[in-house]
Amino acid sequence: MKYTSSGNKDTRSGFGAGLYELGKTNPNVVALCADLVGSLKMDDFIKENPHRFIQVGIAEANMIGLAAGLTIGGKIPFAGTFAAFATGRVYDQIRQVVAYSNKNVKICASHAGLTLGEDGATHQMLEDIGMMKMLPNMTVIVPCDYNQTKAATLAIAEHIGPVYLRFGRPAVPNFTPADQKFEIGKAQLLVEGSQVTIFATGHMVWKALEAADILEQKGISAEVINIHTIKPLDEKSILKSVAKNRCVVTAEEHMMNGGLGDSIAQLLARKMPTPIEMVAVNDTFGESGKPEELLVKYGLDTPNIVDAAQKVLTRK
Amino acid sequence: MADIEFLKKMAAQVRRDVIRMVHKPASGHPGGSLGCADFFTALYFEVMNINPKNFTMDGIGEDVFFLSNGHLSAAWYSVMARRGFFDIAELSTFRLLNSRLQGHPTTAEHLPGVRVASGSLGQGLSVACGAALAKKLNGDQSLVYTLHGDGELQEGQIWEAVLFAAAKKIDNLIATVDYNGKQIDGTVDEVVTFGNLKAKWESFGWEVLETNGNNMEELLATFAAAKSKTGQGKPIVILMRTEMGMGVDFMMGTHKWHGKAPNDDEFARAMAQLPETIGDF
Repeated sequence: MKYTSSGNKDTRSGFGAGLYELGKTNPNVVALCADLVGSLKMDDFIKENPHRFIQVGIAEANMIGLAAGLTIGGKIPFAGTFAAFATGRVYDQIRQVVAYSNKNVKICASHAGLTLGEDGATHQMLEDIGMMKMLPNMTVIVPCDYNQTKAATLAIAEHIGPVYLRFGRPAVPNFTPADQKFEIGKAQLLVEGSQVTIFATGHMVWKALEAADILEQKGISAEVINIHTIKPLDEKSILKSVAKNRCVVTAEEHMMNGGLGDSIAQLLARKMPTPIEMVAVNDTFGESGKPEELLVKYGLDTPNIVDAAQKVLTRK
Repeated sequence: MADIEFLKKMAAQVRRDVIRMVHKPASGHPGGSLGCADFFTALYFEVMNINPKNFTMDGIGEDVFFLSNGHLSAAWYSVMARRGFFDIAELSTFRLLNSRLQGHPTTAEHLPGVRVASGSLGQGLSVACGAALAKKLNGDQSLVYTLHGDGELQEGQIWEAVLFAAAKKIDNLIATVDYNGKQIDGTVDEVVTFGNLKAKWESFGWEVLETNGNNMEELLATFAAAKSKTGQGKPIVILMRTEMGMGVDFMMGTHKWHGKAPNDDEFARAMAQLPETIGDF
């Protein structure tokens, strides 16, 4: 394996660390939370900047409106809650006063996907990328590990406009550099390969790296590209890799409808029709269980990516 | 102090503007706009400290207003144009293709005066609370104003914000409810009654004032009283009794003109009741 993990860490703590740093460096950053401060790892920011934290209580619709209002006055609000409550519950609010009004609001969504685990399907948000990417003006970012989530948190404060930042609950391998600069909208080539390209996002990026390793042992050269920005999609980098390898696997902890695979398939259908296999949740809700058990049961594990790569190669 | 006669003339002209604006595209919401013409006129020509010629999105150092019930756009646009935010000639483009004067207000067309989109109801009070908190963070002493429909108060998000504003002592906010008792499907009491609306706001911890929104003298006095109560730890709401359709006899006393434009005959009858006081656009 080309990459080594410095140890398992949760991406939400990367968000917390980024927010804490922004508290020191950007006086306009304001944080809001709907009664999930500990889960969102906001404690350090709040301790240092109590006057720049707004505890909204269990009222997510109000939180989105408050965030939009805070931008009127020059603030940069980071509104945090679970992905389920940060999107589906408040879609109309985001649509009208954030996206359509083009406000500089950062929607910070933790506990996304199946790996929220034992809380089950009510909390396992698998449709958020789809909902958010459909909104004009919205930027959609899904970093892959702790370090990248921290870097992304810093980067979105500098980006003017609405952003949806998606991260998760479980501790996962932390393998990207601590000092990285996060470039919004730029695909990240992690492994070069010459036969198949795997586009992955979020927690699935590490699994894609593991899959590439297994494929190499089988004599298959797989390219791995981290699509941390779902929107705007880095079409140029995607098409460049696909032009070379001519077959594609996508991997994401999200519904197949509306996710990363959907975005890439749409791009390729328009510009470079290519065989594609998608590793994603296929039109079903999740359930309670341990994160790794759920990834296995719902077909989002490393062997699923390996299988998908081998299958798509036969369709080349 | 305001020239009351001028304000009354302006409100009359705004009513005339509203009917002309909704007649041309045969679309819009005249009822509430007519009912609130006095409110918008008082707010923009007397109550608020604003810079119409140098509109800034941030609104730092000036009072800001949010129209939560965005369907009252016609009257709001008319008053903003006449206050100098944009040319009154643009009022003739209301609801037409390629206009900055969208059916419901938006920032997307960069119309000076609009700071957030509204139309989907129940969201403006939350936005206003956010703007009011930003003013506090900025040490900005100016105020935040809103308007809501009474029917709009059926939206749950309103009560999230009502609870929040009192809990966080947002005392640089003056909300107003257009208490005309009517909504699309009938009277508010028929649809989902509020019971004692004043008691509800008071129980949430708000300072509640009541006024007649179709009486300019009373409106100005109420706003002066509301301003005097800012900075005392409580958000302020004005329950403003208005008559939907005010100024056009056949549009009053009914909810039927909430969202319906007059035909040519009705337009002529309405125009006969609405004198040109300042000058048409």
